[in-house]
Amino acid sequence: MGEFFTGDTDTWTLLTIVAMACVTVLSRSLFFISAKAWVLPHWAQRGLQYAPIAALAAVIVPEIVMAQGALIHTLQDARLYAAMAGVGYFFWRKGVGQVVLGTIVVGMAVYLPLHIGLGW
Amino acid sequence: MIWGRTHRQHPEFRQGVMDMLGVSPGIAAWGLMTGVAMVKSGMSTAEALLMAGIVFAGSSQLAAIPLILAGAPMWVILATALCVNLRFVVFSVHMRPYVMHLTLRERLVAGYLTGDLTYVLFVKRFARPATDAAGRTGQMAYLVGNGGFNWLSWTVCSVLGVVLANAIPAQWGLGFAGILALLGMLCSLASTKLRWISAAVAGTAAVAAFALPLKLNILTAIAASVVVCLLLEKTALHAPAVPQGGGH
Repeated sequence: MGEFFTGDTDTWTLLTIVAMACVTVLSRSLFFISAKAWVLPHWAQRGLQYAPIAALAAVIVPEIVMAQGALIHTLQDARLYAAMAGVGYFFWRKGVGQVVLGTIVVGMAVYLPLHIGLGW
Repeated sequence: MIWGRTHRQHPEFRQGVMDMLGVSPGIAAWGLMTGVAMVKSGMSTAEALLMAGIVFAGSSQLAAIPLILAGAPMWVILATALCVNLRFVVFSVHMRPYVMHLTLRERLVAGYLTGDLTYVLFVKRFARPATDAAGRTGQMAYLVGNGGFNWLSWTVCSVLGVVLANAIPAQWGLGFAGILALLGMLCSLASTKLRWISAAVAGTAAVAAFALPLKLNILTAIAASVVVCLLLEKTALHAPAVPQGGGH
């Protein structure tokens, strides 16, 4: 097992990691903790229906069009074509069935050759 | 208990698993590469395994790794993880009416299992909280099936990534499959014109605000897009409609 476990393990770091798991629970259930009756204002209820897609776009877009913290200035980037192919597949199939799976497969089929083969 | 047999044998549990199944190759590749990244960046195997096994939040893990290795104080690491996770606080506001009938312990478990994809899939399937006991059981069964399966695929693959770290070349970019999974989810949510606008505003804002520390660009982008869509909704409602007949 000496082979398998490499690196120096620090107790303080292990504690930090346990605390990070607590942060995961806390952030995801922050508004579940208090059982006090409380109703969200109507406008906020309406607004929240836009939150899921906004959160996804906010996570995804920088991962596709940015590198090292700056907007990319080249079209020779595998991510662009992979994303286009994935989205194209999704709407070609009209979003029916396991289409997200297809989006991943088609996207990676475009991404890997361009990225590994051409270094894009 | 929402993780008990009644919920696990409910048809919605199965549905939740099935809905996550289609996205799971993306989750798997992403988890795998997160596991690889932990080891390659210099964490010890024991530390990486613990993180892979319990933290269940890819973006906050990736943000915390360099800080841990730099020996940053614990509160800085936790504050960073919390900021990267702030979008989950927004999700918890949305999810609150669905889970308040549960005990506190069950609510905390439900929260832990509600990652990005589970939240998105759940509110897509259930536009409104159930009003009767049977409906609530079904919704919670879906949540546990979906989130539980997501947890399992993420955790198993992260651990695998830690174990196989030196056999998987990071430069292949397999982790991009995770982004494609999120992209597919985004497409499946884009059902109205305003939702498209929401995505466009959030994507643009996240790039424009990228320089903000602690990934606060994500929260800024969500806020900006919700505000813009609410304003547009209002304008659409108050816009002079096609005149109907002779007025008063």
